[in-house]
Amino acid sequence: MTNINAAGFPVLSLTTFLPLLGVLVLATLPGDEAASARNARWIALWTSLLAFVVSLVLWVRFDHRAAGYQFVETISWLPSFGVSYRLGVDGISVLFVLLSTALTPLCILASWEAVTVRVREYMAAFLILETMMVGMFSATDFLLFYMFFEGVLIPMYLIIGVWGGPRRVYASLKFFLYTFAGSVLMLLALLAMWHQAGTTDITVLLRTPFSAVMQFWLFLAFLASFAVKVPMWPVHTWLPDAHVEAPTAGSVILAGVLLKMGAYGFLRFSVPMLPLASQHFAPMMFALGVVAVIYTSLVALAQEDMKKLIAYSSVAHMGVVVIGIFTFNVQGIDGALFQMISHGVVSAALFLCVGVIYDRIHTRDIARYGGLADRMPAYALVFMLFTMASIGLPGTSGFVGEFLVLVGAFQVSLWLALFGSFGMILGAAYMLYLYRRVIFGKLSKPDLRAILDLSPREMAVFAPLVILTLWLGVYPSSFTSFFDATVSAMVQNHTEAVNLARQPVLFAGSTQ
Amino acid sequence: MILAVAVFAPLLGSVACGVLGRAIGDRPAQAITILCMLLASVCGVSAWYEHIWGGVGTGVSQIADWIDAGSFRLNWALRYDSLSVSMVAMVTCVATLIHVYSVGYMAHEKSTTSRFFAYLSFFTFAMLMLVTADNLLQLFFGWEGVGLASYLLIGYWYDRPSANRAAIKAMVVNRVGDLSFAVGIALIFFSFGSVNFETIFASVSQHVNDTYRLFGGEIRSYEVIGFLLFIGAMGKSAQILLHTWLPDAMEGPTPVSALIHAATMVTAGVFLLSRMSPLMEFAPHARDFVTFIGATTCLFAATVACVQNDIKRVIAYSTCSQLGYMFMAAGVGAYQASMFHLLTHAFFKALLFLCAGSVIHALSDEQDMRRMGGIWRAVPVTYVTMWLGSLALGGIPYFAGYWSKDAVLEATFAAASPVGTYGFVCGTVAAFLTAFYSWRLLLMTFHGTPRADAHVMAHVHESPVVMLAPLVILATGAVFSGWLLHASLIGDHNDTYWQGAIFVKQGNHVLQQVERTPLLIGLLPTVTGVLGIALAYWFYMFNPALPQRLAARYARTYRFLLNKWYFDELYDFLFVRPAVWLARELWQVGDVQVIDGVPNGLASMAEGGSVQVVRIQTGSIAVYAFTMLIGVVVIVSLFLLVR
Repeated sequence: MTNINAAGFPVLSLTTFLPLLGVLVLATLPGDEAASARNARWIALWTSLLAFVVSLVLWVRFDHRAAGYQFVETISWLPSFGVSYRLGVDGISVLFVLLSTALTPLCILASWEAVTVRVREYMAAFLILETMMVGMFSATDFLLFYMFFEGVLIPMYLIIGVWGGPRRVYASLKFFLYTFAGSVLMLLALLAMWHQAGTTDITVLLRTPFSAVMQFWLFLAFLASFAVKVPMWPVHTWLPDAHVEAPTAGSVILAGVLLKMGAYGFLRFSVPMLPLASQHFAPMMFALGVVAVIYTSLVALAQEDMKKLIAYSSVAHMGVVVIGIFTFNVQGIDGALFQMISHGVVSAALFLCVGVIYDRIHTRDIARYGGLADRMPAYALVFMLFTMASIGLPGTSGFVGEFLVLVGAFQVSLWLALFGSFGMILGAAYMLYLYRRVIFGKLSKPDLRAILDLSPREMAVFAPLVILTLWLGVYPSSFTSFFDATVSAMVQNHTEAVNLARQPVLFAGSTQ
Repeated sequence: MILAVAVFAPLLGSVACGVLGRAIGDRPAQAITILCMLLASVCGVSAWYEHIWGGVGTGVSQIADWIDAGSFRLNWALRYDSLSVSMVAMVTCVATLIHVYSVGYMAHEKSTTSRFFAYLSFFTFAMLMLVTADNLLQLFFGWEGVGLASYLLIGYWYDRPSANRAAIKAMVVNRVGDLSFAVGIALIFFSFGSVNFETIFASVSQHVNDTYRLFGGEIRSYEVIGFLLFIGAMGKSAQILLHTWLPDAMEGPTPVSALIHAATMVTAGVFLLSRMSPLMEFAPHARDFVTFIGATTCLFAATVACVQNDIKRVIAYSTCSQLGYMFMAAGVGAYQASMFHLLTHAFFKALLFLCAGSVIHALSDEQDMRRMGGIWRAVPVTYVTMWLGSLALGGIPYFAGYWSKDAVLEATFAAASPVGTYGFVCGTVAAFLTAFYSWRLLLMTFHGTPRADAHVMAHVHESPVVMLAPLVILATGAVFSGWLLHASLIGDHNDTYWQGAIFVKQGNHVLQQVERTPLLIGLLPTVTGVLGIALAYWFYMFNPALPQRLAARYARTYRFLLNKWYFDELYDFLFVRPAVWLARELWQVGDVQVIDGVPNGLASMAEGGSVQVVRIQTGSIAVYAFTMLIGVVVIVSLFLLVR
């Protein structure tokens, strides 16, 4: 039973499973170590590029005015349990699918020379990761979502644990345990929801009224899982460790896509399915968001490791996202989504920037650099652009999301807007301080004298990210138009649900 | 259309120069930017002429849509009215002159200067976007764009640690103001449902009595908006409390100081208040605050300028002080006078900075006035033009500053409010100090016995024509601009100039009353100015030992002024050190010991009880899950208790 969708072919399944096909080819690669490594790189690159091209159908054919799921595919799977294989994208998820397919080829390209051992397995891990990410963002069945959501952990765990830095085992274990712990609670939530609704179809779950008490517990269970993934303060400490030990491309995917899973979960499940609990817990979420912004921005100021600094800045940026989501107004949620996409591009680019000099000098220690502007003008320019985007300069992607969240937060309270935007000041401080120590100053370290500027391959990696950052900043409506309708509908549903609950009689009826 | 050319030509020049600069070499890159700037200034001036005298009406040209989020919609668009065309004409002309001047000034640079010209042109573009914006967010785009350009140019000599420090300081201090500005924009959207100027101005009268809950009371929204926007303006225009970045910004090359940190960017805050005059008019308390801060800055900066020894720092504090005058005028409702002072100030302050640059150039990069002196014969053009600039700044009759400064002071007097009188007193005292420090600078720089070493003195030379021509042009402006413009800008028929771009509410007659101020009041700034000049002559020409004696006698006061009222030390103590300390503590104690300590501790306990690898791992999964649960429970119960 397959529904034919707008594209006329199962575009989502194809995007999801094309990378797995690439893995199959990789598995059968003949030849010696060097030859298979070379072939593996090319196969992985072409596979991921092909997946990206297929996913572009979504960009072209997506109906911007519709709020519901599009490109829906349904195959009956476990009908007696109400479980099916269902894929589809709406305004919230479509851009994340594209973000995943766009970043994967860049990651493969960025690993071209950096990874030299077990190249075949490395490339396979990235392709599996892509399958999991795309599957997660396009699943419209909770069980399917859960499988992909957990499945993402495994290749990422391997990427950090096998190809990572010296403390990779500690970092990967911490990463796995932290993120897995919450998952157990989400599984419980899944069972509870399935028990009441009799199905795991997300579209049905959205219409299923859960009692206020049940919403309360479900929200906490989801929170346990999503808060770690975001990551929210105070469960963020796995992130700096994971980033520090991960290979460059691992960090890129981790920051670019995996950090969006938590916030995506909030938007997909917590807010629309549990409106009362979301409303109830919003003040706490604001508090945690504000603490994340100020606390982690300050911590970033003290970092001496480039990757740690950017990792902490990610936590601060995701704090802004959380604030935006729980404002329950269009500007706030639009801003949160935009900030997620922008952060996906910009933090990915910043980790790539670190990777460029790490590949040359093999240290992430900020104090080991200085004065690179002399020898690497192109690199300095690119790094400056992404620094400014991270600070949220208007005209770059970082500004739009942050400002929309500010406007959204203002409708809740002036103080939330003011403190939630403190990253504007602190972000400028830690990013410019980082930039100054790495790029500016006198070039006095002997091993930096011969450092080379960006190679054509590296330029090719950065070019699309540069274009995206400016495009997002100068012409953001071409992106917001994807999710504006969905978000408006979501906000309206939320308001209605909350208002309904305020009327006592109806509320009593809905608890049965 | 010609306005769009004026705005985007500098961007074109900047991108071309930045991208191709290394490939095509320095000279062609400079030529490209200067040609683009010339085109921009021709278009800018003709746009101004057409609008003011050619009868081309106010308008908006849409470029593209920008942000669409629910009801939050706005476009990229250029606004065409008296305010924007006046600023465009001024910015493009001054910027062009400074581009030309830079060709000479940067000629001794060892590395390529295409980066410098690309930054300068980018700055011009951002400034033009700021002044032609049709909505607050686009204005904010320009606002942040000029901030970026300023950051890049202050830190242009990136191998100097002091330049880097100053650049970061400028950006971060400005961001404090920007945060307030951004929140102000959010409040405007909250009140008006739009951030477009047309929409806001059209519905100002409907929301006059709107209130906003704050600090447990109801405050009129307009007052809150006024305060928030002005704090933003304080950052960009270096008003007291947020002024500390401007003197440090003198680390940048001197043309940058002239263009960005005197003539154009720092006046953006003044422009903002004039632009928002329809709203500011209904926020009297916020305007009183504006006057108060402006007046205080005006006096404070003038006192500091009197004892500084770095030639550029003196002019930087002078800029602070003059910006204070502009805010004073805006605060009492004489926006026309504040814009007038902004425009004349652009000429003579850019001129003074460029002259200073010429002096520094002549003296082999010496900036300390204690090692200058006795060079006026060697640099006649610089000397004469700097005299003219100082006459304009000092408010000597018929020079540009006289017209505008008088108008400002008379407006504060005519306002007849306590804060207006405070402004008048501060402004008059500052006028005395202004004349004093200007002639102190002239005398120390050009007259007396040469204090530079013989090697430097042997090299003293007049600057090349490419640097002198801009000086002469700007000097012409410094002499005549006030005389030429005062009737149109602040005269009885100023409505025909402004054509509604500046809104003055009914009952605000400050500008008309200026005409009727008593003669004595009108003469006061001139008299104090002349006295200031006389005092400077007495101190530095006829009795050169006196300043040192005074400094030794009143050592405490002298040090207080020399150290700029200890603002930097205070902020270091209040903000910088605590932030650095907090950053380390939160990281090392908060993250490493507390947050990581819990799971690590539990894990090591589990580890201690077992030697088998398998059990360690399964054990710690349970511990982690359990910790998470406990964490959630604690947070939730805390939350419920607190509610």
